[in-house]
Amino acid sequence: MRRQIPLFITFFIGTIILVSEFIPHKPFGNISTTLGGWFLIISGFAIILGQLNLFKVNLTKISRKAPNWQYYIISLVCFLIMLVCGILWGTLRQPGLLYNSEGLVAFFGLKPFDYIFKYLFENLSATMFSLLAFFMASASYRAFRARNAESTLLLVAAVLVMLGRTTIGSTLTGWIPDSLTYLHLPNIANFIMEYLNTAGQRAIMICAGLGVIGSSLRIILGIERSYLGGR
Amino acid sequence: MSLFQKLIHIDRRIIFILIFFGTAVPLLLVLNLPVEVTKNVKNVYKMVEETPEGSPVIISFDYDPSTKPEIQPMAVAIIQQSLRNKLKLICIALWPMGVQLCNEAFEQVLPLFPEVKYGIDYVNLGYKAGGMVTINHMAKDLPSTFPTDAGGIPIDEFPIMKGINNFSKIGFVVGLSAGDPGLKQWVMVVHDAYGRPVAGGSTAVQVPYLLPYVNEQQQLTGLVGGLKGAAEYEKLINQPGFATKGMDAQSVAHLIIILLIVIGNVGFFITKRTK
Amino acid sequence: MKIFYLFFIYFFICAYCLLAQEISFTAEDNPNDDGTGIILMWKIEEENVEKIIIERSSDGTNFIEIANPMISDEQYLDVQDIKPNIKYFYQLNLYNRNGEEIISPLQTTVFAKAEWFNSNRYPLFLMTVLLAFAIIYYIVSARKGKHLFIRRISGLETIEEAVGRATELGKPLLFVPGILDLDDMQTLAGLNILSHLAQKVAQYESTLYVPVCRSMVLSTAKEIVKESYLKAGRPDAFNPDSVFYLTDDQFGYVAGVDGIIMREKPAANFYLGAFYAESLILAETGFESGAIQIAGTAMPSQIPFFVAACDYTLIGEELFAASAYLSNEPAQLGSLKGQDVGKAIIIITFLAGIVLEMFGIHFLKEFFTMH
Repeated sequence: MRRQIPLFITFFIGTIILVSEFIPHKPFGNISTTLGGWFLIISGFAIILGQLNLFKVNLTKISRKAPNWQYYIISLVCFLIMLVCGILWGTLRQPGLLYNSEGLVAFFGLKPFDYIFKYLFENLSATMFSLLAFFMASASYRAFRARNAESTLLLVAAVLVMLGRTTIGSTLTGWIPDSLTYLHLPNIANFIMEYLNTAGQRAIMICAGLGVIGSSLRIILGIERSYLGGR
Repeated sequence: MSLFQKLIHIDRRIIFILIFFGTAVPLLLVLNLPVEVTKNVKNVYKMVEETPEGSPVIISFDYDPSTKPEIQPMAVAIIQQSLRNKLKLICIALWPMGVQLCNEAFEQVLPLFPEVKYGIDYVNLGYKAGGMVTINHMAKDLPSTFPTDAGGIPIDEFPIMKGINNFSKIGFVVGLSAGDPGLKQWVMVVHDAYGRPVAGGSTAVQVPYLLPYVNEQQQLTGLVGGLKGAAEYEKLINQPGFATKGMDAQSVAHLIIILLIVIGNVGFFITKRTK
Repeated sequence: MKIFYLFFIYFFICAYCLLAQEISFTAEDNPNDDGTGIILMWKIEEENVEKIIIERSSDGTNFIEIANPMISDEQYLDVQDIKPNIKYFYQLNLYNRNGEEIISPLQTTVFAKAEWFNSNRYPLFLMTVLLAFAIIYYIVSARKGKHLFIRRISGLETIEEAVGRATELGKPLLFVPGILDLDDMQTLAGLNILSHLAQKVAQYESTLYVPVCRSMVLSTAKEIVKESYLKAGRPDAFNPDSVFYLTDDQFGYVAGVDGIIMREKPAANFYLGAFYAESLILAETGFESGAIQIAGTAMPSQIPFFVAACDYTLIGEELFAASAYLSNEPAQLGSLKGQDVGKAIIIITFLAGIVLEMFGIHFLKEFFTMH
């Protein structure tokens, strides 16, 4: 019974959603929007679950003095600072328990939560994203080796696209007359991206779409039960 | 380890240092290398140019500070062009942090257009969770999806929102997107279901994922991809800005990567031959 | 009598002008919806008209303004509180530059109708039926004992080897189920693989870490791992803290996972689910730590990064096929075969479309692009 009920719910909801794609008449027409709304509500409440788990796991590690337990203190302190700032002084358009606290705003120029967000969080986020540039360089250096014919093709295409996506590409081929504009590196890069690359991407997307349909059917029909924790 | 073997296994910290200086130095010393405009970017520009004066249009800020360096210059350039053409800008965000980035983009552009007024020429309706559900809801009833602007003022008080109930009057939608929800969802609802033009800008990493939508059906009218696309757009509107400056850094970084690939391959070939 | 003639001439001139101006106003039900939309269309070729206002009434007497569109729009979709099977009266008011009404309002009536089938979705319906039929057919034949050949997927064959290696080295394994929520199929596909992996981990008495970035994924992943330990006969070995939430923020999550990789040095990292820009940051950090790395995603733009930095990558459909492949159950494998038939149908349709287009016959293209 513990298994049967979730399987029945999955089958029932899955079938309704599928049917609602083709039947606009009530009650099917809006059902996927309504269920989407329900999902949002549930995930809103689930956030509390996540926060509690974060708190509990960190606290347990600190109390057991697990390896590197000092890091978990930092996590918890940061978590609490943001929580307290949000609750007491609110955010840009939401007053907190201490209402708008003009004194603090006058000092920081922003509410404490927004101040930390703008001057710490935003920059840390951008820094993490920027790491991509460094990792891309090291990964390309390793990956693009002319080991065989296929990898050589990949290497040549990568170099052409990289050059075409820069101003250096434009400078190198800028002298080529307009009648031969297709030989300009930016246009070659665009050709590779638009035709060769897009064809491959489309193939992957179509196959992935088929995979989604196959997986969905397996789940709706109750053949695939791994997501319930076993076969 | 021989010299050539060393070339195959360059310590990644050396690569990181090279990339660091390769990007930092051109940001300080501007090289001003020329930018060539490509078709997809030109299409977005043309779409904005050809939209009749006074048409309401939607710009969606679906990104966050991490992708700001790439996407914000596009936002600034498209807003500039739209205001120059006297279009009415309705801005929304499907990502929570998009609201603030929208405000920042307008702060940068407004000094060039002193006559532009909030609520008459542009409005920031703020963030709404739900992605595709939100867009679908906007198509049915826009005022109830966004009953107030980002500051909590009812939208009935803004002349720009008068008579805008769904997408039927919207000239075009520009989605500035760093992931999901983003441009793909705009295409699926606004273009595919309601037949309004959709164009957009995205990070360079997202371009291959979105390019299949730039097709004969014009699911996407055009696509501004990454910093290069933003620099091309700045060239089209004759306002070189951050993207044009940033392109030098990107170009040098790409060049370093290409050189590293060449070095790696030289080492690889010679080591293979000696074996 | 004179007055009568004058009035007659005036009336004639007005009627002539109206006809010459070609002013029309019609309303019709918005097709393929649930009866909540009405399309209003007008054509006004009269220079004096500067502004139009559309009004609506459900009784034919009390009209309320619903929109003042631009004349050039030529149509307006009314979706404000429209209910099916109710007669609606619309009138179009035309005004000149001074705000004076030029002629009496043009009126029209219409019923909104709820449709039982969205005819724009015929192509999608056809494809869905064909694919579902093919998949169900092969599931049934596999259940009847028909042998089905499924090609080897190296990435999945390596799972057991990776768990064995981790056990030998006394190091943990790391599983990252992507950064999207449960409503994304890739996350579910990743979690399905987690179930198989967790059973192997339980059998080998190794350690598994599952950091997640969505609360809903947290509860599901925890339940999956717990059940897998139970299935493997080792419920006592399950550590509830091995599945934990980090943050919803994309790069905060990456920073957290990278920290785990560098501190714990897992023997194997599994990245299976939906990934964005974080894919390469995770995979490169994992590469540096020396772990075996198995990745899988259906995000086309992230696949190259995983291919460059991981040992094995499940590309697109392979991610969705993984659970069926690992389960080795005939019914599940049958569905994979059905998918292949779907692929064949799509390829044939493409080829037919290309040939027809070359000969200037567009019906197939028009059928599949209708909306």
